[in-house]
Amino acid sequence: MPDINTLKTGDSLPERRFEPDTIQLFLYNAILWNAHKIHFDLPYAVDVEGYPGLVMAGPLMGDWLTQTAIEWAGEAGQLLSIEYSNRQASYIGDVLTSGGTIKSINTSDGTIELDIFVKNQLGDVLTPGVAIVRI
Amino acid sequence: MSDLLSADLLSNIGKSSPPRTEVVTRRDIRKYAIATDQRLRKYLDGDEAPPLYHLALFWDVVESDQLMPDGVKIDALLPEFPLKKAMAGGLKVDYHQPYYAGDVLTSTRTLTAIYEKKGSQGPLIFYEVVMDIHNQNGEKVLTEKTTQILR
Repeated sequence: MPDINTLKTGDSLPERRFEPDTIQLFLYNAILWNAHKIHFDLPYAVDVEGYPGLVMAGPLMGDWLTQTAIEWAGEAGQLLSIEYSNRQASYIGDVLTSGGTIKSINTSDGTIELDIFVKNQLGDVLTPGVAIVRI
Repeated sequence: MSDLLSADLLSNIGKSSPPRTEVVTRRDIRKYAIATDQRLRKYLDGDEAPPLYHLALFWDVVESDQLMPDGVKIDALLPEFPLKKAMAGGLKVDYHQPYYAGDVLTSTRTLTAIYEKKGSQGPLIFYEVVMDIHNQNGEKVLTEKTTQILR
């Protein structure tokens, strides 16, 4: 668990690599009950919707942002809020990385604001976000 | 007065969906945790719900005739917008307390805003939906605001 007295604005959070495949995308949409064909019907996604491949579910990348924050905050940490936008799509075959930096530290109430992201193998930030945690 | 947003369309602001109540089960938390690559045992074991598990719990379960040909559900809360193509969306969640397998949650969704902005390639419509979730004791669990952009 991080010690708030030794943290500095701009410190990096651990990065994590994701290589989502069709099994993971299927399981995610199955637990949501999401039948959107762009996630499982490759000819439909490419020929009808004009995507380069099967489209990753946007909220799955949002979930990875929450994991970036809560794993860093540790067992006693609390996620108070998260905000993100799905700025750019991602496709099966992409190699994604989650990570972040400390944006601000409030020692009086123990809360820390984190800039968090999921980016692709080109370095494009697909899903920028901000989380507030208490540690 | 906006060109795109009629008074009739804007009159939908403030509309709410009927409350929905769902039971949080260990089995579904475990499925969600595995599908999302969680690494903390409390999630993988299904004890506590991960932060975005409510997306799965309250994803609308509609009957087949309420699914469009592309597999997307028709959202009864939303009016028909003059722009159709969904672009990037955003989400904000404020957490009030964790919840666990066995809890019974109730959600209410409200259409809280519809507005227009000029994009570089034409007009854009934004709308916001707020979902309030309470537990079986009537205590707030979380509040989620989604913003969707149409072009």
